[in-house]
Amino acid sequence: MVYIFQQALNALQLGSIYALIALGYTMVYGILTMINFAHGDLFMIGAFFCFLIAFYLKLSFVPTLLLTMIGVAFLGVVIERLAYKPLRNAPRVSAIITALGVGLFLENFTLALNPYPQHVPALITDQTWTIGNVSISSLQIIIIVLSLFLMLILDFIVQRTKAGMAMRAISWDKSIVPLMGVPVNKIISLTFAIGTGLGGAAGMMYGLAYPVIDPYMGIMIGWKAFISAVIGGIGNIRGAMIGGFILGSVEIMVAAFLPSTYRDFVAFTLLLILLIFRPYGILGKPNPQKV
Amino acid sequence: MRGDLLLSVSNLNVTYGSINAVKSVSFDVDQGEIVTLIGANGAGKSSILRAISGIIPYKGSIIYKGDDLKQIAADTIVARGIAQVPEGRGIFGNLTVLENLKLATWQRKDKNKIASDYERVFVLFPRLHERKRQLGGMLSGGEQQMLAVGRALMSDAELLLLDEPSMGLSPVLVRDIFLILVEINKAGKTVLLVEQNANMSLHIASRGYVLETGSIVLAGSGKELMGNPKVKEAYLGG
Repeated sequence: MVYIFQQALNALQLGSIYALIALGYTMVYGILTMINFAHGDLFMIGAFFCFLIAFYLKLSFVPTLLLTMIGVAFLGVVIERLAYKPLRNAPRVSAIITALGVGLFLENFTLALNPYPQHVPALITDQTWTIGNVSISSLQIIIIVLSLFLMLILDFIVQRTKAGMAMRAISWDKSIVPLMGVPVNKIISLTFAIGTGLGGAAGMMYGLAYPVIDPYMGIMIGWKAFISAVIGGIGNIRGAMIGGFILGSVEIMVAAFLPSTYRDFVAFTLLLILLIFRPYGILGKPNPQKV
Repeated sequence: MRGDLLLSVSNLNVTYGSINAVKSVSFDVDQGEIVTLIGANGAGKSSILRAISGIIPYKGSIIYKGDDLKQIAADTIVARGIAQVPEGRGIFGNLTVLENLKLATWQRKDKNKIASDYERVFVLFPRLHERKRQLGGMLSGGEQQMLAVGRALMSDAELLLLDEPSMGLSPVLVRDIFLILVEINKAGKTVLLVEQNANMSLHIASRGYVLETGSIVLAGSGKELMGNPKVKEAYLGG
C-alpha cells in the first residue's frame, strides 16, 4: 500500500511534466492544425536556459524560472514568425517537415555550444519528509504544485480572458476571426509564447529533477508529451492535462510492477490501442460540427 | 439626390489561381443607403465583400471615406467602420452567444457605448438574450443569423456588409431579417447587401447592381431593376 502511494506521487510528478509539455503541442494544434515537432527541443532549451541562468547569473529559483519561461517563449515566437508563418497556407506536410528541421537545428545548435552533458545547479534546498512510510521531497512538491498552478493560470487565460476567447475562436474558424477586428497574427504569437513558455518551465523542472542534461533529452520526452496530447484529444487543453497524467501514471506503474524496460513499449502500445478505438482522444470530438 | 460618398470600388479584380472571379467591377455606396449586389452562385459577390474586408488579395482600388483600404490590415478595417456578416453566418460554435458578441468589440474602447449596444442588440433580437449563455453551435439557423447581424452591430461599424443573410432560412425568417435590416438602416447604418434573393433585396434597396460571372451587367435603383425585363426573367421568376 505504501509502495503504491509512493508510486502515485512519482506518477504525479512525471505526469505534470508531460502535461505541461503536452499543452504546447495541443495549443499550437488547436489554432494552426499543425504539430510543432520542435516543441520537445524547446523543452530541452528550457533546461539549458535554466542551466545558463543558474550557473552564470547565479539567480535563485523564481527569477530563473521567469527568465527561462520568457526566454523560451521568445524563441518560440521567433521560430513561428521565421519558420512557420511563411508556410501557413502551404500543404501541412511542409510545415511538419519544417518543424522537424527546426527541432534538429535546435539540437545541433545546442550540441555545438555544449559538446558535453551539463549539470544543472540545485536551486532548491533538497529536503525530504516522510509521512507514514511515504517520502516526499521538496523538489517533488515544487514540481507538482507549480505545474498545477501554471495549468490553472492557463485555463483561466483560455476560458476567461479576451485573448483566450480569440484563441478559441481561431481554433473554430480562423478565416472569420479578422472580420471581428481581432489581429490573428498577434493571437497566434501569443499562443506560441504561452505554449513554449510552459514547455520551457517543464524543461527547467525536469533539469532540476534529473540534473544531467544533454541536447537530445527533448526527443523522447517530446514524443511522450505528444502522445499525452493525442490521448487527451489533440487541440483540447484540458485533454492534454489529463493525457499527461494518464501517461505519467501508466509509465510509473509499469516500471513499478513490470520490468522497467517494458515502460516505453507499454506507452506506445497504449497510443496505438487508443488510436484504433478512439482516434480523437479522450476529450476530443469526432469531426467538429461547423454550421 | 445622393448623399456623401462612403465607399468607392473601382476596377476591382479578384483571381483564384487561373480563375477570374471578379472582373473590373466598379460601384459606389453612399452614406445612409442600402445597396444590393445581386447575382447567381459564383457571380463573384462574396469575393467582392471579402476584398472590401481585406481578407483576400485583389487588384484595383477600394476607397472608404477617402482612405485606400489596400494599405490597411483586415482587423483595423473593422476599426475604421466596416463590419461583415460572412457567408454561412460564421458563428463560432464553441463560443457562447455573449462571447460571439463580445469578440466583435475587440477594437472598441468606448465601454459605455458598448454596454448600450449590447442592450440595443438584445432589444432587436430578444431570442439572443434568452440564449446568451448557450454555445453558438446550439442555435438554430435563424438565431445564428440574428447573432451574426448582432455581432456586426457590436463592432459599431458604419457600413455593414452582408453576404446572403437569407441563405438557408425559411421565407418568414428571411422577411424578419430584412425588416431588421431596414430598421438598422433607418437608425443610421449604411448597408451593402449581397443576395441571390433578388426580390427581397431589391425591395428594400435604394440602388442595386446585377453581377454575372464576375462583371456588373446592370445597375439602377431598386425599382428600376425590379421592373427590368431581364432581371425579371433571370432573378424574379419571370
